[in-house]
Amino acid sequence: MRTKPSIWNRLFIGLVFLFLYAPIFVLIVFSFNASNSRSIWAGFSLHWYVELFQDQQILDALYTTLAVSLLAALIATVAGTFSAIGFYNMRRRWRTPLMTINNIPMVNADIVTGVSLCLFFVAAFGLWEQAASWLNDTLGTALPERLYLGFGTMLIAHIMFNIPYVILSVMPKLRQMDKNLVDAAQDLGCTWMQAFWKVVVPEIKPGIVNGLLIAFTMSVDDFVISYFTAGSSTANLAMRIYAMTKKRISPEVNAVSTLLFVAVLTLLIIINVREARQEKAEARRASL
Amino acid sequence: MKNKLSRFAVPYVVWMALFVVIPILMIVVYAFTSADGTPTLDNFARIGEYFPVFVRSFKLALIATLVCLLIGYPLACALAREGARFQRVAMMLIMLPMWMNFLLRTYAWMSILENTGLLNRLFGAIGLFDLINSLFGTDIEYFKMINTQGAVVLGMVYNFLPFMVLPIYSVIVKLDQKLIEAARDLGADGVTVFRRVTLPLSLPGVLSGITMVFVPAVSTFAISQLLGGGQQLLLGNLIEMQFKGAAYNPQLGSAVALVMMVIVVICMTVMNRFGEGEEQAVIL
Amino acid sequence: MAKELIRLSDCFVQFDDDIILDHLNLYINDHEFLTLLGPSGCGKTTTLRLIGGFLKPTSGDIFFDGVRINDVPPHKRAVNTVFQKYALFPHLNVFENIAFGLRIPRTDSSGKKKVRLPEEEIRGRVLEMLEIVNLKGFEKRSISSLSGGQQQRVSIARALVNEPKVLLLDEPLGALDLRLRKDMQNELKRIQQQMGITFIYVTHDQEEALAMSDTVVVMDGGKIQQIGTPEDIYNEPKNAFVADFIGESNIIDGIMRADQVVEIFNRRFQCLDKGFQKDEAVDVVIRPEDVDIVPEDQGQLRGTVTSVTFKGMQYDIIVDFYGFKWLIQTTDFCPVGSHIGIKIDPDGFHVMKKSQYSGLFGDYSSYSEEYEEISDVDYDPEAEEDQEGGHEE
Repeated sequence: MRTKPSIWNRLFIGLVFLFLYAPIFVLIVFSFNASNSRSIWAGFSLHWYVELFQDQQILDALYTTLAVSLLAALIATVAGTFSAIGFYNMRRRWRTPLMTINNIPMVNADIVTGVSLCLFFVAAFGLWEQAASWLNDTLGTALPERLYLGFGTMLIAHIMFNIPYVILSVMPKLRQMDKNLVDAAQDLGCTWMQAFWKVVVPEIKPGIVNGLLIAFTMSVDDFVISYFTAGSSTANLAMRIYAMTKKRISPEVNAVSTLLFVAVLTLLIIINVREARQEKAEARRASL
Repeated sequence: MKNKLSRFAVPYVVWMALFVVIPILMIVVYAFTSADGTPTLDNFARIGEYFPVFVRSFKLALIATLVCLLIGYPLACALAREGARFQRVAMMLIMLPMWMNFLLRTYAWMSILENTGLLNRLFGAIGLFDLINSLFGTDIEYFKMINTQGAVVLGMVYNFLPFMVLPIYSVIVKLDQKLIEAARDLGADGVTVFRRVTLPLSLPGVLSGITMVFVPAVSTFAISQLLGGGQQLLLGNLIEMQFKGAAYNPQLGSAVALVMMVIVVICMTVMNRFGEGEEQAVIL
Repeated sequence: MAKELIRLSDCFVQFDDDIILDHLNLYINDHEFLTLLGPSGCGKTTTLRLIGGFLKPTSGDIFFDGVRINDVPPHKRAVNTVFQKYALFPHLNVFENIAFGLRIPRTDSSGKKKVRLPEEEIRGRVLEMLEIVNLKGFEKRSISSLSGGQQQRVSIARALVNEPKVLLLDEPLGALDLRLRKDMQNELKRIQQQMGITFIYVTHDQEEALAMSDTVVVMDGGKIQQIGTPEDIYNEPKNAFVADFIGESNIIDGIMRADQVVEIFNRRFQCLDKGFQKDEAVDVVIRPEDVDIVPEDQGQLRGTVTSVTFKGMQYDIIVDFYGFKWLIQTTDFCPVGSHIGIKIDPDGFHVMKKSQYSGLFGDYSSYSEEYEEISDVDYDPEAEEDQEGGHEE
């Protein structure tokens, strides 16, 4: 029997959220600190926000983070959606082992994924060097012989760990879909491609959007895999922060995080309010 | 081939072979070779030196997982009891911290837990230390919290708690209310309903939550670096040092990673067997 | 002499602004097979949940064996429920599902001590129950490997093994196909007689209700429309709603000119009903099978056949009388367009007082649509569940 939640229920939830948000609160407060101490309050100031926009290193890192996350999430969403459709239509005998492999990056420890990709890229670059120098020598081409870890490898790594999340969120929507929908669309005169765009995609859209959001979040938050695949010349925000922790973290980073946090919070509130409004409108329509 | 749509997966299968399977095989290969490329078991022999690191890693990860379970399960239940709108907002609030980089959030704990940090100053301000000192005749000025195993566990719990809550919540919220009614109808009181129906039915969520917390916890290197102050060396730190640090030795690092993976896989297999082959893990 | 077991006294249930049960009064006798019958949203499932203890009335009382049980939680009530769609525990096998209630320690009659049943007794009782529901040898099977009918039997066994005084059945056959439903109806009736306990059965299927029950309670809009034996309900419906919901009925506006004389279509007919005021406006029910077809010139009324449907046992024909369409069941074939006369014996008329349902039912002008509606196999019991069970407390 579903009874009304008690006051203790709310109290417990409140305590856990306090635990989750206490450090975030501290971070935000100290982004407005006048001194560079991380625990002694020296008065309100926007000093660090001003500094932030003059610190090329942090701005570069922010740009890298957003660029990699956006690109990786978009590519992974497209690739993951098609792959999910492919897997869904595959025989179980093939699908089961392939899905297991697909799950590896999600289940495996990040550090193992990062390290293994690092080894792979280095080995692949070794092979490339041999191939390129042979080609340059024999055909006179001017292929670059030495490749380095950097933006490209980091992007590949992000795509690689994002796709499984997209597949995971698209797959259930495919399963829920009425199997006759595609046939019905074709029966009504759609070509196979039109059926795909007009029926399948709208039907699984919530899964795709959800997958995109998860992928983007994962990418923004990732540190470990980037750390092992980005090399020394490229750094995302997380790597920059980690490098700073070895010495001292500048409150500029607090400022950057606060800005990101506020941006996401605003976005979520807008989405939430819109959903609530839609629900209300639907309820009103239903009651008419 | 069931139908031609299955061809959509072909590029990804190639991709997986390239970027998932081969890299992992490379770890295996590296673990069994020496720096000059000859096959050897030396790397595994050297792991013996790091036995205490293995023990510490698994111990701390286990404690963190347990704490996450003890907080996460009741939290999932508490959330599931609330109204739909409350639940949606709460879920967003649980995901939201992920948008603030976890290193930074962990770093914030440093300023809270430091000897001269916020918590110790709060204790000082409310006269806790004076009270203790007068009661026990001690002379303490702060609690040592940072750079302890406790701080590392706290960091793990803090960072990975959502991974425990989400899968358990998603199972509990879908739990058929009729089954609970049926159990009560058959004479079960609240405790019995939980023990004999709710708990066994939420086991898949619990198992997947345990995996999702334990694996990152046992392999973390940033949390122990920040909150353990480099004094609480974990497996993650060991591996990181072999690839990025001064002690560059990818062969040894691969061997450590391989052994860690194998132990984790064995643990998970045993655990899932224990869970009587419940439906496949539910993630998110 | 039947003994009263359960009494619902002035029960009122309201969710938000919706009145689900409107001051319901009902008593149920021991050993009775009682059916709550009505369309979805009529309050029948809510009534069952009140008795099961899953819902408390906004006002009013529930008595069990003379004791008020409003505040007794479900696990302490001597009733068990067979749920819609069974609600079997997916993590337990057939044996453990049935043994679930037996394995729960009970306080013994004398005092506070908790007693556990010995394992042999549990085993014996479960196996005995499996035999009663014809599932011998199924004890090790998992729930998901069972067919709908088998799951149904397990859920009945799981409830009955606790030897409840009352078994509540919430649309238990709703998810089964027609053939299986008929078999299970007989099976349930047999089990009820064999175990000698009270069954309270909820359904929207009038045929099922008539076939199985000792007493039928017809409900609509949170109110009881009529209580009676299946024969009473069919032969003497109290108002147009009951007449229409149970079987097929032609319902015509009439005027009681005197005792045993009713006027329809400006013609007076002999009937058996009396006790109405002179010239009182009434609803007159004529069942399709009570109409005899005669040559046009010998008929009390004359009409034109507008549609004929072959039904196997009989033809369903629609006949137009002065713009009002009747359904008549006959074994004689009458082609569409033919003019016929009809004769109705005095016992073929049933006169009812006017009610809020007058004029809403009993016209077959739109026969084909209505026909589809009543034979709707896709009826979704969930829809009702959402309406009634969704907002608990």
